[in-house]
Amino acid sequence: MREGLTGNKGWGPHWRNPEPKAEYDAIIIGGGGHGLSTAYYLAKNHGMTNIAVLEKGYLGGGNVGRNTTIVRANYGQQGNSEFYSHSLKLWEGLEEDLNYNAMHSARGLINLFHSDGQRDAFARRGNMMINQGDDAELLDREGVRHLLPYLDFDNIRFPVYGGLLHRRGGTARHDAVAWGYARGADQRGVDLIQQCEVTGIDIENGQVRGVQTTRGAIRAKKVGIVVAGRSGQVAAMAGMRLPIESHVLQAFVTEGLKPVIDHVVSFGMGHFYISQSDKGGLVFGGDLDFYASYASRGNMPMMEHVMEAGMTLMPMIGKAKVLRSWGGIMDMTPDGSPIIDKTDTQGLFIDCGWCYGGFKAVPGSGFSFAHLMATGEHHAPAARYRLDRFRTGRGLMDEEATGSQHNLH
Amino acid sequence: MRVAGKGVIDRSKAVSFSFDGRRYSGFAGDTVASALLANGVSLMGRSFKYHRPRGVLSAGSEEPNALITTGTGAGQEPNVRATVQEIYEGLVTRSQNAWPSLDFDVMAVNDLAAPFLGAGFYYKTFMWPKRFWEAVYEPVIRKAAGLGALSGQNNPDTYERAYAFCDLLVIGAGPAGLMAALTAARAGADVILADEDSLMGGRLNAESGAVGHQSGAVWAAGIVAQLSAMDNVRLMSRTTVTGAYDGGMYGALERVNQHTGIRGAGAPLEAFWRISARHSILAAGALERPIAFRNNDRPGIMTAGAVRAYLNRWGVAPGKRVAVFGNNDDAHRTARDLAAAGVHVVALIDSRPDAVIEGATFPVFKGAQVCNSGGRKALESITIRTDSGEEALQVDCLAMSGGWNPTVHLTCHMNGRPSWREDIQAFVPTPGSIPDMTVAGACNGVFSTRACLSDGVEAARTALGALGRKAPAEMALPEAEDTPYALSPLWAVAGAGRAWLDFQNDVSVKDIKQAAAENFSSVEHMKRYTTQGMATDQGKNSNVAALAILADATGRGIPQTGTTTFRPPYAPVAIAAMGAGAQGHGFAPERHTTSHKRSVAMGAPMIEAGLWYRPSYFPKAGETTWQQSCDREVGYVRKAVGICDVSTLGKIDIQGPDAARLLDFVYTNMFSTLPVGRVRYGVMLREDGTVMDDGTTARLGAEHFVMTTTTAAAGNVMRHLEFVCQALHPEWEVSCTSVTEQWAQFAVAGPMARALLNGMLDKPIDNESWPFMACGDVQLGGVAGRLFRISFSGEHAYEIAVPSRYGAAAFDALLGRAEQMGGGAYGMEALNVLRIEKGFITHAEIEGRATAFDIGMARMISAKKDCIGKTMAARPGLVDALRPQLVGLKPVEPGGRLTAGAHLFEREAPAIRENSKGHVSSVCYSPELGMMIGLGFFAAGPARHAEVIRLVDHLRKVETEVEICHPVFLDPQGERARG
Amino acid sequence: MRIECPMCGSRDRREFYYQGAAVMLARPDPQAHEADWEAYLHLRENPAGPTRELWQHDGGCGAWLVVTRDTVSHQISDTQLAADVKRAMGKAS
Ligand SMILES: Cc1cc2nc3c(=O)[nH]c(=O)nc-3n(C[C@H](O)[C@H](O)[C@H](O)COP(=O)(O)OP(=O)(O)OC[C@H]3O[C@@H](n4cnc5c(N)ncnc54)[C@H](O)[C@@H]3O)c2cc1C
Ligand SMILES: [Zn+2]
Repeated sequence: MREGLTGNKGWGPHWRNPEPKAEYDAIIIGGGGHGLSTAYYLAKNHGMTNIAVLEKGYLGGGNVGRNTTIVRANYGQQGNSEFYSHSLKLWEGLEEDLNYNAMHSARGLINLFHSDGQRDAFARRGNMMINQGDDAELLDREGVRHLLPYLDFDNIRFPVYGGLLHRRGGTARHDAVAWGYARGADQRGVDLIQQCEVTGIDIENGQVRGVQTTRGAIRAKKVGIVVAGRSGQVAAMAGMRLPIESHVLQAFVTEGLKPVIDHVVSFGMGHFYISQSDKGGLVFGGDLDFYASYASRGNMPMMEHVMEAGMTLMPMIGKAKVLRSWGGIMDMTPDGSPIIDKTDTQGLFIDCGWCYGGFKAVPGSGFSFAHLMATGEHHAPAARYRLDRFRTGRGLMDEEATGSQHNLH
Repeated sequence: MRVAGKGVIDRSKAVSFSFDGRRYSGFAGDTVASALLANGVSLMGRSFKYHRPRGVLSAGSEEPNALITTGTGAGQEPNVRATVQEIYEGLVTRSQNAWPSLDFDVMAVNDLAAPFLGAGFYYKTFMWPKRFWEAVYEPVIRKAAGLGALSGQNNPDTYERAYAFCDLLVIGAGPAGLMAALTAARAGADVILADEDSLMGGRLNAESGAVGHQSGAVWAAGIVAQLSAMDNVRLMSRTTVTGAYDGGMYGALERVNQHTGIRGAGAPLEAFWRISARHSILAAGALERPIAFRNNDRPGIMTAGAVRAYLNRWGVAPGKRVAVFGNNDDAHRTARDLAAAGVHVVALIDSRPDAVIEGATFPVFKGAQVCNSGGRKALESITIRTDSGEEALQVDCLAMSGGWNPTVHLTCHMNGRPSWREDIQAFVPTPGSIPDMTVAGACNGVFSTRACLSDGVEAARTALGALGRKAPAEMALPEAEDTPYALSPLWAVAGAGRAWLDFQNDVSVKDIKQAAAENFSSVEHMKRYTTQGMATDQGKNSNVAALAILADATGRGIPQTGTTTFRPPYAPVAIAAMGAGAQGHGFAPERHTTSHKRSVAMGAPMIEAGLWYRPSYFPKAGETTWQQSCDREVGYVRKAVGICDVSTLGKIDIQGPDAARLLDFVYTNMFSTLPVGRVRYGVMLREDGTVMDDGTTARLGAEHFVMTTTTAAAGNVMRHLEFVCQALHPEWEVSCTSVTEQWAQFAVAGPMARALLNGMLDKPIDNESWPFMACGDVQLGGVAGRLFRISFSGEHAYEIAVPSRYGAAAFDALLGRAEQMGGGAYGMEALNVLRIEKGFITHAEIEGRATAFDIGMARMISAKKDCIGKTMAARPGLVDALRPQLVGLKPVEPGGRLTAGAHLFEREAPAIRENSKGHVSSVCYSPELGMMIGLGFFAAGPARHAEVIRLVDHLRKVETEVEICHPVFLDPQGERARG
Repeated sequence: MRIECPMCGSRDRREFYYQGAAVMLARPDPQAHEADWEAYLHLRENPAGPTRELWQHDGGCGAWLVVTRDTVSHQISDTQLAADVKRAMGKAS
C-alpha cells in the first residue's frame, strides 16, 4: 500500500543487470520458468549463490510467457503423479515464499468425457490423484451441467457424459511467476544475464568446464541445460542427441469480456481447453500443429480446428473475438513426460521434455533439478524422470497412451 | 453536426438506430460513430481500468475507445467498433463497461485509486493477508474485468468458411492497391482485391484532394467499376485479411451481413476465407498515431486523419470549435479542410518551430504544444504551451497527429521484424518478411497520393514478374497530390499528470517510465508489465510511441530498444467465424451403418463409437432400465441367437504375392501358414512394442486376405500397413484397400446361429464344411456374401458380410429369423458383457500402454520371424515380471460391486499411490454368473489366481474384496464356439 | 502450408498426416544393437533448419512421402515418394 501513497516511486529494479563473471559454481542455461526456479532453489535450498542464469533473449520471454497458464496435479501415471503433486503444493505456497503475487487461482479444472470408456479412463486417473493425496471428483452429466450450464448439452456431436473435477486445479499469471522467481533469485545473489546466448559447452575429459556465449566464455563447475524447445540444439553442443522433437503449440486469447467461464474446462473429444483470465480474455488452445517446427507461430488448420471444438462444446463463445494467437516451441518426448537427469558428462545436467505441460511444473522442476544439481542425487518426486527409460522401457509415463511418436502426446 | 455538401453518404436514405436506448437517425453509408458524431454524441465508451469517459479516437478498425455492443438476446455481440459498424434500420447498440450508465459510471472511482493501480499493480499488491488474493481480491478484479458481455446463450447466427484461390491477392484498396489490382488484372492475372472497408478507395474517400479531374472518391469508384467488370477480378469489400500463413495462405474475414439486419439460415453473418495466393501485394496503408499529453483522452480528442474522414467521407464535423495539433505537415490538411467546410478552426498548433504552413485562414502556433485538456465527459478546452507560456483555448474537438505508422502487421505474422526508418520516424516492412509478398504505398512508407499510385503499379509489375506474366506496357497515372511528408518526432508532451498511450488499457507515459525504472527495459517486458499494447487494438495506436518513450527512458535509440511485432489476427475475428459449421453436430462427420435406421426405429439409443453410431441396446416394452434390456440380449446369444451389426470394424482387403509376408510382418503371429478358407486371430504391435490393435484376418485365396481391425483403430491400422508397404518394403508386391464402407457385416451368434443361417443361405453349411474359424464365399438369396465362423461372444457364431447396398435388407432378414427363433438384436452393452465373460479384450484393455506380455500373449510373438514391435517389446522394462498383467476379477461377496477405473491393492495395504498394483479396466454384471465380474491388470497377476485383493474406487466410494481369477469366466475350453 | 504430392499436385496441409523424421525409413535389423533401436525410435536430430520427414497424403492418394522442409521457415524444398526413396536406399547399401 505504501507504494501507492508515495506514487509508486519506491519500487527499484526487479533485478540487476550484472556483467557475467569469469567463473561460477553453476550455470543455468535458459532463463525461462524452469531455469529461474532452478536458480532460486539452488540459492534458497542449497545455499548456492555463486551461480548465473544465462538467457539468450530476455527473462521469461520463452514458453513461460506464452502458455495458457493451467496449473494442476491430475496425472494418472506413477512418476508424474507424485511430481505434479509436489509442484502444486509449491504453487500453493508460492506467493508467500516469493513475496510476489503470481495470481495463482485454484478455480477448479474440469476434464469432460464423452463415452463410458472415457469415463472409466478418467476414473482411473482420478483414483490415482486421490491415491496420491490430491483431490478429484467424478461428475455425472448433471453435475457438469450444474457447474457449466453454458455447454451445449442438447445438440452436440459428442455429448457430455460427465467430467473429472479437480478443485485445486486452476491458473496463474505466467509472467509473474517468471518475474517472481527472477526477483527472488536476484535478491539471493544469483546473476541473471540476459542477451547472453550459449553457443558451446566446454567439456574436458568427460567433465564440464564451462560454456561459450555471445558474451564470451564463462567457466563453471556445473552446468544445467533448461532450454525447453531448444533442448535438442543445446544438448548437441555437448555431443548429445535427445529423444526430443520440437513442435509448435498455439494459443489464443479473445478480447476482454465480462466473466462467463469460471473454471478451466477441457473437452475430451478434440483437444480444446479454455479459461478466462482475470482481465476477461478467454484463453484457450488445443493440439500441436503436428509437424516439427522452431517457428513460434501457428498454422491456420489447427487454429480453425480449435475454434471448431469450442463451437461444438460451448457455442455461447461464438461471438467472442480472437484478439491474438501465438505459438511456442514444445520439447516433445516419446512418452510425453519430462526428463530431469544427469548426463554422461560429469557436472552436466539436463531438465527438458516438458512438452505442452511444463508451466505447472515450474516450481517442482526447479526444486527437483536444483536438488539434483546440488547434491547429485535424484529428488524423490522426480526420481522417475530418467533419460534411459526409453532405452530400457522401465518407467515409461505415457499419459496419452499414444506410443513413441513424439507429436502424438 | 452534418456539414452540407460533404461526404459520400446517401442523404436520400435516412436510417434510424438506437444507442443506449435512445433513437438516432443517420444516413445510408454512416457508421455508428459517424452517425453519433453527427447527432452530437461524443461520449461512447469507458476505458478498461479507470473507466474514464471516452469518445472515438479513429475512424477505423483500430479504434480503442468506441467499443459497443450490438443486438440483443442470444445474438448480442460485444466489443463492436462503432467506427466500423455500419448503421442499418433498427440496429440496436449500447455502450459497455459502465454501470449503471455510460454517463454515470460508479467504477470511475478506480480513476481516483490510480496511484495504487499503476504498472504491475497486480503483482505487487493484493497479496496480503495470505489467501486474500483468491478469496477477496481476485473475485473483485474479475468482476470488474472485461469490456462487453457475451449473451451466455448458444450462438444463434450462421457463419461460413470458404476457400479461394488466386494468382494475386491485393490487400487494401487505397490508391496503391487499386492501381496494383488494375495493373495485374489488365495483365490477365486472377486477382482478388480485399478491403476491410465497406467502400473501396481507402484514404481517397477521406481526403479532399483531387485525383485527375475528379475527387479521390469518384476516381476510386471509377477504378472499382472497371475492376468489377473484369472476369478475372474478385472484389471483396468488408473483408479484412486477418493473417498471413505458410505457403501463400491468408486468412480473411468477410462481414457478409453485419451491415444488414438479415439473420438466419442461408444468410451468413460472416464468412471466414482461406485464400491461397501465388503472390500478394500488401497495400494496407498507414495508421495515424496520437500524441501523449496530459488528459489527451477526453471525448472529442481524435486523430487528425479521423477528423478529416468524418468531414470528407461522412459530412460530419466532430466539433463546432476545433483545434488541430501535430508534428507534421499532414495535420495541416485537417485544419484547411475544416476551414474550407466552414468549421471554426480555433488553432493549428504545430510542434515544429520551423513548420511551413501555407494558406492558413486560422490562428497558427508554431513550436507550440498542447499540454492539457479540460472538460468532464466531453472536451471543453485545451491548454497550449508556447514560448510565452501556457494558454487555454475553448474547443470541443481536438484533431491530433503524431505522424503515421505504416500498417506493417501482416508482415510480422511469419516472425518478420519491421525496420525502423528515421526519416519518417516509423517502422516499415522488412522485405522478404512474407515469401511472395510485395508491399506498396503507405504501408511501405510511401505517403503522397501520387507516389502511392505509382508504387501500386510498380508492385504489380514485381508480382507479375514473379507470376511469369507480362505487365501492361503503359499504365497511365492520374495527377494527384504529391507533397513530401515531413515531421519531427513528438511522442509525449512533457509535464505532470497522466498522458495516455494505450487508451483502452489506461497505460500512461509514467507507467512506461516506471517499468523502465523497475528494469523491465526490454520492450516485451515493458509490454507485459504495463499491459501496453495488449488491448483490443493490439497497440496499433500506441506501440511505437511507447517504444520511443521506453527508448528515451533507458537512454537507447529506438532500433536498439526493439521493434514492434504483431500476431494474427490483424483485427479480432469471431470464434464462430473461424469455427463455422462445427456448432452442434458439424464438428465431426457422422458415420451410419446400414442398420442405423432400423436400430433407431427400434428405439435403440445410439452411442458414438469414434465417428460411428452404434446401438447401445434395443429396449422392449416393459423394460425400465438398460440393464434389463442388456441381460435379455445377452440371453439371446447364450441361449438362442443374437444379431449385431459389426460393420464398423475396419476391414482391409490385402492382395498380392507378398500379402502373407506383410501379415507375418505386422502381426506378432504367423499368417503365412494360415490355410485358404481359414481365419486367424492376430495381435499387432506398434514399433515401440505396445499393442496397437487386435482382430481376425481371413485367407480368401492364396494371395488374398481380409483383415479386420477394431472400430477405433481402423484408420491407424490402414495407415500403418501403407507405411510398411511403401516406406519399409516397397519391394513387396502387395496392396491394401480399405473396404470398411463396402461391406455390411453382422454377427450371428448363439447356439441357433447355424440353424438361422441355414434358413437363409442358398447352400446350407454344417460343422464339417464350415468348422470354427472357417471362412468363404456364400450366396444369400442370390447375393454374393462372405461368411466367417468367428466368435466374440464365445458362442457358436458367425459373421456374415454382404455388399453394403444389401446391408439393410440383410439385417432385416436376419433379425426377422432371429426373432422367430426366440432371439433378436443385441447392442453394445450386451456385446460388452459377452466379451468380458469370455475374457476377450478391447481398447479398454489394450489402451495404448499394454504390451503383449501384459495381456498374456507374449507367446504369440513368434520366435521364427521378425515383426513390427518385436525388438522393442523385449526391452527389460516391458517384460518385467512385476508389471500389472491381465487378470479376471470377481467379488468375494457375490453382491460386491466392481467399477472400471478403480485401483487394485493388496488386501491390507492402504490405498495410496505407492501401493497401487494395478487397475480395473472393464466390468459388467454377468447374468450367467449372477454377479459382477471384471477384467483388470495386477502386478504379477497371472501367478496369483485365487488370491484375494482389494479394489478401491475413491471417486465412487467403492471398496470391494475381489478374487483374482483367470480372465475367461465362461466355457474355458471354448467348446461352445466349436460345437 | 501446402504440400506438393508427386501423385496429386499441390494440396492443403489438411490432407496430410505427419509422422516424423525420415530416419524411420531405415529400420534396424532385429538383432541390431539396442542403441540403434533407440536412435531409430526415440532420438532425433531435431534441427532448426532443413530436415527430411515422413508425411502421408492420407486425405488423398495415400502415398507416403519424404518431404524436405525447413523447420524455421516451413518452406518445402522437395517431396518424393517414400517408396522411391526407400528403393534408392536399398540400392545404395
Ligand atoms: C501455447 C502454449 C500453451 C501452454 N499451456 C500450458 C499450460 O496451460 N499449462 C502448463 O503447465 N504448461 C503449458 N505450456 C508449456 C509450458 O509453457 C512449457 O512447458 C514451459 O514453460 C517450458 O519451460 P520453461 O518455462 O523453462 O521454458 P522457456 O520459457 O521456453 O525457457 C527456455 C529459455 O531458454 C532460453 N534459451 C534457449 N536456448 C538458449 C541458449 N542457447 N542460450 C541461452 N538461453 C537459451 C530461451 O530463450 C528461453 O527463455 C504451454 C506452452 C505453450 C507454448
Ligand atoms: Zn497424393
